[in-house]
Amino acid sequence: MAGRILTYEEKDTWIHRLGGATKMIFFLLWSITGMLTYDTRVLLVMLAVSLVIFKVSKTEWRQVGTVFLFILFFLCLNLLAVFIFSPNQGTEVYGTKTVLVTLFGEHNITKEQLFYEFNILLKYFTVTPVVLMFIVTTNPSEFAASLNKLGISYNIGYAIAIALRYVPDVQADFTKIKHAQEARGIEMSSKTSLWERMRKMSMIIFPLLFSSMDRIDVVSNAMELRGFGKHKKRTWYMEKKLTKSDYLTIGFVVVFMVAALCVTFADGSRFYNPF
Amino acid sequence: MLPIIEFKNYTFQYRSQKEPTLLDINLAIYPGEKVLIVGPSGSGKSTLAHCVNGMVPFSFAGESSGSLTVSGKDPAKTGIFGMSKTVGTVLQDTDGQFIGLTVAEDVAFALENDCVPQDKMFSLVDEVAEVVDIKTLLHHAPTELSGGQKQRVSMAGVLVDDVDVLLFDEPLANLDPATGKRAIDLIDRIHKEKKKTILIIEHRLEDVLYRDVDRIVVIGEGRVVADCKPDELLATDILVKEGIREPLYVTALKHAGCTLRAEDLPQHIESMKLDRYRERVQAWYEQVALPVAEPAKEPALEVLDLDFSYISGNPILQNIRFCIRKGEMISIVGKNGAGKSTLSNLICGFINPDRGKILLGGSDIADKSIKERGEVIGLVMQNPNQMISKPMIFDEVALGLAVRGVPEEEIKERVYETLKICGLYPFRNWPVSALSFGQKKRVTIASILVMNPQVLILDEPTAGQDYKHYTEIMEFLKELNESYGITIIMITHDMHLMLEYTDRAIVIADGKLIADDTPAHVLTDERIADQAYLKKTSLYDLAVRCGIADAPGFVDRFIYFERQVREHGRQNSDV
Repeated sequence: MAGRILTYEEKDTWIHRLGGATKMIFFLLWSITGMLTYDTRVLLVMLAVSLVIFKVSKTEWRQVGTVFLFILFFLCLNLLAVFIFSPNQGTEVYGTKTVLVTLFGEHNITKEQLFYEFNILLKYFTVTPVVLMFIVTTNPSEFAASLNKLGISYNIGYAIAIALRYVPDVQADFTKIKHAQEARGIEMSSKTSLWERMRKMSMIIFPLLFSSMDRIDVVSNAMELRGFGKHKKRTWYMEKKLTKSDYLTIGFVVVFMVAALCVTFADGSRFYNPF
Repeated sequence: MLPIIEFKNYTFQYRSQKEPTLLDINLAIYPGEKVLIVGPSGSGKSTLAHCVNGMVPFSFAGESSGSLTVSGKDPAKTGIFGMSKTVGTVLQDTDGQFIGLTVAEDVAFALENDCVPQDKMFSLVDEVAEVVDIKTLLHHAPTELSGGQKQRVSMAGVLVDDVDVLLFDEPLANLDPATGKRAIDLIDRIHKEKKKTILIIEHRLEDVLYRDVDRIVVIGEGRVVADCKPDELLATDILVKEGIREPLYVTALKHAGCTLRAEDLPQHIESMKLDRYRERVQAWYEQVALPVAEPAKEPALEVLDLDFSYISGNPILQNIRFCIRKGEMISIVGKNGAGKSTLSNLICGFINPDRGKILLGGSDIADKSIKERGEVIGLVMQNPNQMISKPMIFDEVALGLAVRGVPEEEIKERVYETLKICGLYPFRNWPVSALSFGQKKRVTIASILVMNPQVLILDEPTAGQDYKHYTEIMEFLKELNESYGITIIMITHDMHLMLEYTDRAIVIADGKLIADDTPAHVLTDERIADQAYLKKTSLYDLAVRCGIADAPGFVDRFIYFERQVREHGRQNSDV
């Protein structure tokens, strides 16, 4: 089912048991490290760790496959664009020029350029699994609870959780409305041009908006009748107490970040130069 | 004993309305009572409920006079949050009021907002889950639950707060008959075991009376019209006058010329004393004629051995085979999720069958696109808001013709013609937003009719409508059927609808067609009723208890008689 992609799935692994806030801190610091460094050695270590974490979280291909392919597509596009627009970026960074294949004009394939683009590829691969894993292993309510504990207003966390709650309902509404409009003769299939389809989309969006508004009315009444927003604070059924593994995880990622950045900048440059 | 809810000379007027919605209400409800509040749409019965839980005046602003106390407090001063400790409200929309991502979280919602510590929450949630029997569902997501289960979750969600008063706003609106029966049973159990005060707002009187209520309060045009015991109320003409449907057996007794007495306990047909009435009912049965069967016409829509599944090995529909003849008006019934909507999706071509054929006027429509099918088979959805995509009525009705490139002059002509048929011609230049729910429904029907379809499929055409609006819309459909020869298929779980307006019912249970028969037969057959989550009609019990062997025949006669009475009424009102 299409609705199942990139949603939380309950499994019993060490990573699922971690608190949502812990995972978010990990994911933020990890991504920042990944973005800052171009040090191949650091990136390789991070890639290895990412893959191990991904494996441990028992994330399956069907949960993330589509999104992963989507990201891969943009990665290829990105790599190609880098080559087209700045074919000598590698030479600039590493200071040498070893031509492997001569193409035309400026566009020669150099060892340095290949190595530079390989680093970009690594950066993508160190961050992507962690992002996907964060999404599929974190219970949205529990995440809202832990955000609240970090001092962020529960309204924000709850808005995310409730949006996730109604996504399947709105999806079902959308399909129903689309069908009914198609039966009335509003062609949505690939037979019509993209522009036409966009224009006709409005005939689905309009009713969808109205029926969603009805829904919002009911939801907000229901929430108010059961006391939502009564106090500045609230407790959470799904809250997890921080355990030793949470502190260890946070400790690990902080130490790792510092170490990675030290290694990266030890020679005064973000890049590792093998040439 | 002091009343727990007391209205004294209470009048309320919404800020946006010119007239008061509640007028001089005097009503006292005592702790531990179970009271049913009935009234047609717009009578003010929902407003009355909103006054009790504080939604009036906090969510719906307006002016009030007189006094209202609930458990010694004034809701207009205490506020919605304050009242939620005393009054637990279960709303009508089983889906919309489900807030949590799982059952357990939804039940705990009120506790979370009250900063109850987690350990205590766990034990409280477990406790109420036990009461409403959802213990095994605690970690399920709302999409995995049926309508009845969602309603139980909502009940648990208010019970967890240990409120004194439970307020049910049309609890039966979205449930199939058998599930509704179970809901009434559960409410009754909570009433007895937990000693709560129960207020039920409903217009489906007969279904609520499945279990005893202490009192019925009838609201009409903002006033309390009656406030008495069910037995007393059923012996009067108040319900008919206020446009509320009486239990069917009561109507049948009246047709037979009986005058009901409160001391014969008409609240339940199973235990009513029928000695005084038996002979009259039998005499009526002998005397009333049956309709003459009309010759069968040629088929309009044939479904031949249809199979469908989303995932192979997990069939949604299996071996479905039926034939609908030109000019028929039939119902497709069965419990929620039995595959009724899938069937209409297959007919309209939104999905394709794994096996089998669909014939329209004798020819296979497998290679016809959704759009092509839409010209001969019109689909009207349950919620008009899900269909209307233009702000103006004329444009909305014209849409189907406009996208098909019909010349402007012709569009105008056909739209006006259709609007006249649907009684919407005076509103032709109005915006859709100015219409009532029932009128919007008519607009959606008009927007389909304008394409001159041969077959009309309606999904729950009367859902959530009171008796008056139900009759209006159904009489309108009947006229379309009779005067314009349009074949009408209705997907429904309203047993009154199938009984009163359709000649045949196709019953689907667990993906299989289990009956294709007259509604009178379907609703007097225990096996079919059980399998399809329907309910045997009370007319059956009346027939059996009056010693009439041919119960389906009795039901048939009743329906025919009713139709004649209605026809008569219509002719009279035309003059």
